[in-house]
Amino acid sequence: MSLIFTLASRNLIHDRLRFVATVVGIVFSIILVTVQMGLYLGFGQMVTTMIDHSSADLWIMPTGTKCFEDPSLLDERKRFQALAINGVTEAMPVVIGFADWRTPTGGSTPVFIVGSDLRSGALPPWNLVDGSIDDLSVPNTVAVDQSYFDRLGVDGVGTIAEIRGQKVQVAAVSRGIRSFTTTPYVFTPLDRARAYTGTAPNKATYFLARVAPGADVESVRSRMRANLTDVEILTQAEFRERSRSFWLFDTGAGFALFAGAMLGMIVGTVIVAQTLYSSTKDHLNEFATLRAIGSSGMYIHKVIICQALINAVIGFGIAACIGWVIVKATAESALPIVMTSGLTFGLFALTVVMCIISAIAAIVKVTRIDPAMVFTR
Amino acid sequence: MISPVIEAADIVKILGNGAGQVQALKRVSLALAGGQLTLLMGPSGSGKTTLLSILGCMLTPTSGTVRVGGKSTEGKGPEDLAKLRREHVGFIFQSYHLFPTLTATDNVRLALDVRGENSSRAVAKSQDALAMVGLAHKTHAFPRELSGGEQQRVAIARAIVGNASTILADEPTAALDSENGHAIMTLLSEIAKDPSRGVLVVTHDPRILPFADRVVRIEDGRIVGAERGGGKSGKRSEDSIGIYDYAET
Repeated sequence: MSLIFTLASRNLIHDRLRFVATVVGIVFSIILVTVQMGLYLGFGQMVTTMIDHSSADLWIMPTGTKCFEDPSLLDERKRFQALAINGVTEAMPVVIGFADWRTPTGGSTPVFIVGSDLRSGALPPWNLVDGSIDDLSVPNTVAVDQSYFDRLGVDGVGTIAEIRGQKVQVAAVSRGIRSFTTTPYVFTPLDRARAYTGTAPNKATYFLARVAPGADVESVRSRMRANLTDVEILTQAEFRERSRSFWLFDTGAGFALFAGAMLGMIVGTVIVAQTLYSSTKDHLNEFATLRAIGSSGMYIHKVIICQALINAVIGFGIAACIGWVIVKATAESALPIVMTSGLTFGLFALTVVMCIISAIAAIVKVTRIDPAMVFTR
Repeated sequence: MISPVIEAADIVKILGNGAGQVQALKRVSLALAGGQLTLLMGPSGSGKTTLLSILGCMLTPTSGTVRVGGKSTEGKGPEDLAKLRREHVGFIFQSYHLFPTLTATDNVRLALDVRGENSSRAVAKSQDALAMVGLAHKTHAFPRELSGGEQQRVAIARAIVGNASTILADEPTAALDSENGHAIMTLLSEIAKDPSRGVLVVTHDPRILPFADRVVRIEDGRIVGAERGGGKSGKRSEDSIGIYDYAET
């Protein structure tokens, strides 16, 4: 085995304090990037959670709708026009909107109403831990998420509250349906949603269309576009991407997260570059000796890059462990940090690239080394 | 006639720029034959180390030619010169220049590693070289665990492990007491018995004169004399001594 790894690792360990400082720098940098990118992914997933849990081939929506929470309305006639199109089997109305929830103790808080024909399965609550979809067929019943119990003054199924001055009873409880706006989602049948949001009976926010088995979705959409005016028709994937793009980029939230990640990378690169450079300076005499005994420039570069990679692997290993703890700790929070295998691999690659870029200054330094300096030191 | 392992002809070296320019070497010619231990002696600032650096392909001369192992250094870049060094030259330095984080074996093995020799055979060769310099029992010792004399022996093992045809030593005894200095010179003298290997020792220590087969004196950038030394190898042919030295006329 070549001595390159031995020399690189012992150069690092030789100055323990600097090695620890370097690793700590990398760890903080990677954790910062992990948190920012994890938030980005988590935010991206949360803003599309309703779309992801719907069961529709096509979303019919008012022209210019930017995201799921956009409360523009469609006329019921569009639904019938859609149903008249060959290949469309269903066009399920969905009504959304903000409303005021009065807690049993007299306080109030805004909620986000999601109403649909629950039996159609267009957009029912999921992850129910108490009660069932059938329980919501009882008049004036709603489903809420257990993570908002405190906010809503709810202690479980059977709790009575008020929405828009109308009594409601909690009939089902879900787990993990959280809103990135922190406004609790309240699921209810379509007619109640219209009542709670003040939406006219002939209006809806979306129509969720299903196409006949075997029918070509694109062909059906083309026919819809030809027959329906003032609407946009998007597939589930397209609407998900539009919503994510709006919340992440049009609002600037995504840029802020990216900027934080970029800052973490820059800080990490500077820390590693500074410590590698000073380590190289301290070992300049040894590198000059290597050059004097005939080593190629590439051999010395490999030693420095090996040092950078050792830093990267150890720093990433520790950062990954801490990151895993953070991911677990935030899993049940309003905005969880999401870690995927792709992000993990990307972060490792980023760490390696960051450390190799950091080695450039040190490599430039040794490239200019004069082997004859061994005679004067 | 024995062909030289290193040959320098009409070497001029100018150091510095402008008003600070110094002509460190003035048309110096010197050849080093295999099987010889040559001392290069002279006062401080006489150009000894500059000449050693040029012979060792670390510095390029302003003018003149250098041939190492029969190959000219003319027009060669830093990487080509490094290749010549690792193939033909072994260095011994006054302050040893061992790697403090490596064991004696690994310090020696480094000379093979830079040549791409990194098999278990390289470890065996390194340990053999340490045994040759009397350190078979210190193969796993780190430099801090070795005396100055032992460290210099490790440096000698590093210089010879790759079968370099030329060993260039810069003041190898300067940091040692007389007993260790004597032992080191005895070792170098033994190494110089190999007819395929020439040893050049730069020194201003007169105590080591008895070990020399040849003594070359340099002053003010010029070789001012070459004489037969009191070398113990006692097997040199007449024509291998002194005939390659030239001073400016």
